[in-house]
Amino acid sequence: MKTILETKSITKKYQGRAVIEDISIRLQEGELVGLLGISGSGKSTLFNVVSGLLMPEQGKVLLEGEDVTGKTGLVSYMQQKDLLLPHKTVIDNVSLPLLLKGINKKEARAQASAYLPQFGLEGKADKYPGQLSGGMRQRAALLRTHLFGSHVALLDEPFSALDALTKRRIHEWYLELMGHLGMSTLFITHDIDEAILLSDRLYIMTGIPGRVEHEIIISEKRPRHLEFNTTESFLNYKKEILELLHL
Amino acid sequence: MFSVLRKKPASISDRVYPAAIIVGLVLLWQLLSVSGAVPEFMLPSPLQVLAAFKNSLPELMFHSRITLTEAFAGLGVSILLAFVLATAMDHFSWLYRAFFPLMVISQTIPTVAIAPLLVLWMGYGMLPKIALIVLVCFFPLAVALLDSFRSSDPDLINLMRAMGAGPSQIFRHVKWPAAISGFFSGLKISVSYAIVGAVIAEWLGGNEGLGVYMIRVKRSYSFDKMFAVILLIMLISLLLIRLTVWLEYLATPWRRVRQEDDNNAGWDIADKPVVHKVKK
Repeated sequence: MKTILETKSITKKYQGRAVIEDISIRLQEGELVGLLGISGSGKSTLFNVVSGLLMPEQGKVLLEGEDVTGKTGLVSYMQQKDLLLPHKTVIDNVSLPLLLKGINKKEARAQASAYLPQFGLEGKADKYPGQLSGGMRQRAALLRTHLFGSHVALLDEPFSALDALTKRRIHEWYLELMGHLGMSTLFITHDIDEAILLSDRLYIMTGIPGRVEHEIIISEKRPRHLEFNTTESFLNYKKEILELLHL
Repeated sequence: MFSVLRKKPASISDRVYPAAIIVGLVLLWQLLSVSGAVPEFMLPSPLQVLAAFKNSLPELMFHSRITLTEAFAGLGVSILLAFVLATAMDHFSWLYRAFFPLMVISQTIPTVAIAPLLVLWMGYGMLPKIALIVLVCFFPLAVALLDSFRSSDPDLINLMRAMGAGPSQIFRHVKWPAAISGFFSGLKISVSYAIVGAVIAEWLGGNEGLGVYMIRVKRSYSFDKMFAVILLIMLISLLLIRLTVWLEYLATPWRRVRQEDDNNAGWDIADKPVVHKVKK
């Protein structure tokens, strides 16, 4: 498998104090990799570095082997808040990344609307975000992330704002969808169940400053189903992770 | 006509109480005038004011056209100036630091004091009137816009940057639309300032306009006509504020929508429905 995204011993400081230290992780083509850690371990800072919004003090970000440290606009980035623009309709929100690339509005809308059914947004094109449920808004944000067109997606706690039941549904749908889209995804979570359910591999981030000390491979094949949650192998993974997090 | 603008149907008492008080005061005023407690030449009765309004309608219309032209020109220039400067000041922080104190100081200049100077400098035409209106209207608009720009969600701006958006795209897609509410709050204040500003400027020099007409009827002690002008100015201001509210309503269709109640609404993924098997 080809390594698509790699960070090489990244250290980022705020006002002289390191927030993350010596982080080296990689993401392979088509992989879904989870980044699990307690709050304050610098997961979001790492994402801000990888997306190019922050410049690290040390280390490099490599995208398909090329040094892209500090360059924005290369990887798709989605945050916990859906961050949909309230004054734009669903179709204009999701096609925004295409518009930013200089594609005209009509073409952008046409491209985006082809994806609406797959993202459970059929018939919602002309609604405003204020009319959608939390789950729909999050799926719209995911579609916008997807339409950005990068092969690499960074998802920062993408599902954590959803209630437990909506979250279960969206997990199942997301696992299904990932198979179709073939994106390589790096996602942050602090939900251990979610991490095990979704990831091919898991990095555990601990300490202040945050470091990646452990890597866990979840060998269960994708797409997984929610029943995986209750199997013995799932519980073994969970036990291992809890120990690593000293919980 | 504008009842549609209300989010919730207002309770009847919301309208009845103020209406009752206004009617009561006008009645009291009429009674005082009729009873002779106040001499007619000092305070004309409401009915006399209405009669004067009717009789001088052609003159009132002529002069209000002039005043409105000045007010709209002043407002237009203010909006344009506020928009350009607020955008520039948001983008370049040194511009903000340099100009913001100056903007505040400009608001401490007493309007009545500066108006004669403006007339002196710019003559008796429309120009000094427009300048004065810009002086009073620009500030609330620029501050409203600046505040809205500066309070845009930083996460949203980061997301836009992560998607490769440049400053102009961030303004176009995030900051300008986010400032619409603030802009209209500023505009509601500015429209009434604009009318009052035009009238004050006309007092101090000019050949036409409601302010000039006001001075003229005052000099001839036609207080009934004076009150008619005041009434007209109030009506114009109220109408303009209503117009602003209506424009805001038209400009913000997304604020009129409500979330669809069912949290599962739209959860039919047509492509490939995922069926969750329930274990017994």
